[in-house]
Amino acid sequence: MDDALYFSEQHLAVREMVREFARDEVAPVAARLDADAKFPWANVKRMGELGLLGVPWPEELGGAGLDLVSYMIVIEELAKVDASHGLTVSAHTTLGTSPIVHFGSDEQKRRFVPFLASGRVMGGFGLTEPDAGSDAGGTRTTAVRRGDRYVLNGSKRFITHGSVGEIFVVTAVTAPGQGTSGISSFILTKPTGDPDGAKAVGIGHEPSLPAMRGFRAGKKEDKLGWRASDTAELIMEDVEVPAENRLGEEGRGFKNFMRTLDAGRIGIGALSLGIAEGAFDEALKYTAVRKQFGQPIARFQGVHFQLSDMATEIEAGRHLVFHAAWLAQNGKPFGREAAMAKLFCSELAMRTTIKSLQLHGGYGYTKDYPIERMMRDAKICEIGEGTSEIQRIVIARSLLKDLLD
Amino acid sequence: MKIAVCIKRVPDMESRFKIAASGTAIDETGLKYDISDFDAYAVEVALQINEKAGAGETTVICLGPDAVQETIRKALSMGAEKGVQLRADAVPADSLAIARALAAELKDGGYELILFGKHALDTMTGGAGTMAAELLGLPCLTAASRLEVTGARATARRELEGAAELLEFPLPAVVTIDEGIARPRYPSLKGIMAAKKKPLDVKPAQLGSVRVSVEKMELPAERPPGRIVGTGPDAVPELVRLLQTEAKVL
Ligand SMILES: Cc1cc2nc3c(=O)[nH]c(=O)nc-3n(C[C@H](O)[C@H](O)[C@H](O)COP(=O)(O)OP(=O)(O)OC[C@H]3O[C@@H](n4cnc5c(N)ncnc54)[C@H](O)[C@@H]3O)c2cc1C
Ligand SMILES: Cc1cc2nc3c(=O)[nH]c(=O)nc-3n(C[C@H](O)[C@H](O)[C@H](O)COP(=O)(O)OP(=O)(O)OC[C@H]3O[C@@H](n4cnc5c(N)ncnc54)[C@H](O)[C@@H]3O)c2cc1C
Repeated sequence: MDDALYFSEQHLAVREMVREFARDEVAPVAARLDADAKFPWANVKRMGELGLLGVPWPEELGGAGLDLVSYMIVIEELAKVDASHGLTVSAHTTLGTSPIVHFGSDEQKRRFVPFLASGRVMGGFGLTEPDAGSDAGGTRTTAVRRGDRYVLNGSKRFITHGSVGEIFVVTAVTAPGQGTSGISSFILTKPTGDPDGAKAVGIGHEPSLPAMRGFRAGKKEDKLGWRASDTAELIMEDVEVPAENRLGEEGRGFKNFMRTLDAGRIGIGALSLGIAEGAFDEALKYTAVRKQFGQPIARFQGVHFQLSDMATEIEAGRHLVFHAAWLAQNGKPFGREAAMAKLFCSELAMRTTIKSLQLHGGYGYTKDYPIERMMRDAKICEIGEGTSEIQRIVIARSLLKDLLD
Repeated sequence: MKIAVCIKRVPDMESRFKIAASGTAIDETGLKYDISDFDAYAVEVALQINEKAGAGETTVICLGPDAVQETIRKALSMGAEKGVQLRADAVPADSLAIARALAAELKDGGYELILFGKHALDTMTGGAGTMAAELLGLPCLTAASRLEVTGARATARRELEGAAELLEFPLPAVVTIDEGIARPRYPSLKGIMAAKKKPLDVKPAQLGSVRVSVEKMELPAERPPGRIVGTGPDAVPELVRLLQTEAKVL
């Protein structure tokens, strides 16, 4: 893909900076963070200072004021080196912050977005529940109005930044029996579950955010991949949430998070693309130096076919991701293209990491090379923010809309 | 204070270089370019001095074809206020010609401090800074590993073999910067946005007569393959003998 198709000089400057940052600050610590399942506080602080935790938000709200294409470049470049860092940016920005930017009142934006966009605290989005995964409409968490407050009860599962984060948008049923139009969303706050990690770097906790009683993180997940990303349960027991923390009107929660997920899919597409590109680079480097049968294995035709297939698919993936971002940036409908980019690139990340590991032979199976981590990191891309099956359902629905409705 | 930093655009030194068809230069196709490392340290030093003072202006000057504008923009996105391109079709091999062009630009700029990298990563002549100082009639200090400014004077440290020296000198002065002095910052997204709007003047480079040129460029000979002398303590005498007689490093 020629850079000029989607990228301005400024996009290229952003890419250059994030590439350097990823190479010098992320690559050296990625294996260690993965092994220890440690949230990368020090790099999160640096990313905040560089503006990477609020790329697309207006400067008045503490963001960097760049476009969606820049934001995708940031996620892609980080994920080339470490998917967990890419996801931290993506989950914080798209899931944690965008609902407030898009659906919040001026007061809510002023109050919460600057803390998030600057990286002062981490944010997250609580949608998934034990009994509501792919079927997010099956939300069981309840919010009962009592005077000027709502009382929330329920639990959320697999929430990115659930433990380390402080500001969350969560969905809850306000009108039982009304299906998806009975779901609303709320902004909840709690102190970070990792005060020591936060204190060590001087970000991650904001004392002026209320510690809502009954709202806390539960179990932190021990995962196959994305191990440096924080995933935890959120528990709500009689949490009193002021009515002013309701995000948008009652009953709009489902429609709003569908929009959030539409945009989020391009981000997971970019993240997946980054993983695939990183894995491909490793394969290229390795096969050029690894000698068997008296020559570099990259001289064998069987290896050529693998490398060519990987490169061709990655090229297709780049077009899908940046085209979807371009559509969204230019105010055109992008839901179908976003789902296609997410579907194709997440499966591409899986295929490419498997092929690359194969080309590394036995060495790729060890922790001496980053490819086994990349393969573990790729798998969740086919699951998070809508499984591959759900993407196919979304795409089919848009294809058949006029024929079957 | 008003600080000028002269920066050079150099290829990524990790690249696999090829000699161009002319035989006198490297083949530039597919190469990635960036600010020479020592020059990036110099930019960082300038920014830190002015940040500490809470005021000042850093101007970066780069000689070369229009492609160097990208390099200047990078320094602007790090935080420098102004950029100047001294336009030339190519950077000549004659350090004095480069120094002459830079001195012509620096002369009336009112700079209190002029920084260079101690040498460019690609050509490694280290001549431009010292020669420019001579042409400007300014005190010159090379390879500073630390630099502090107090009023109209400055102190710098230079690393020597097994020792270090501290020097004191009046400003304005020319200082060339060694590694270890400061870690160049990444341009922030805000910096990248702001750089677009900062002034970048383009002027012809007044090189004068260029008297040195590259006759021929060649790649280093392939290193001969390593040799295993033996294993364990028994191999030590033979290894020492070879290091003395063949490698001549002992
Ligand atoms: C690391 C990680 C981070 C996450 N971060 C967040 C977060 O920040 N916020 C959040 O809200 N959630 C988050 N999630 C949850 C994630 O979005 C869900 O795991 C995902 O949507 C799938 O839901 P589920 O796990 O309940 O699987 P299920 O919905 O139980 O699906 C199981 C399988 O059944 C298939 N399936 C389901 N329905 C159909 C159907 N109709 N037709 C065909 N096949 C179907 C699925 O495709 C899948 O293969 C995260 C998950 C993980 C693992
Ligand atoms: C966990 C583990 C346990 C092991 N246990 C043992 C053991 O007990 N005993 C033992 O002796 N070994 C053992 N091995 C080594 C294992 O058998 C080798 O890793 C395997 O044979 C591959 O060799 P390699 O790793 O050197 O990869 P390479 O031979 O370097 O292969 C790298 C890639 O190049 C491809 N390739 C190579 N040549 C060609 C060609 N001509 N054409 C096309 N493609 C080619 C390969 O298919 C592979 O994809 C073990 C390895 C692991 C990881």
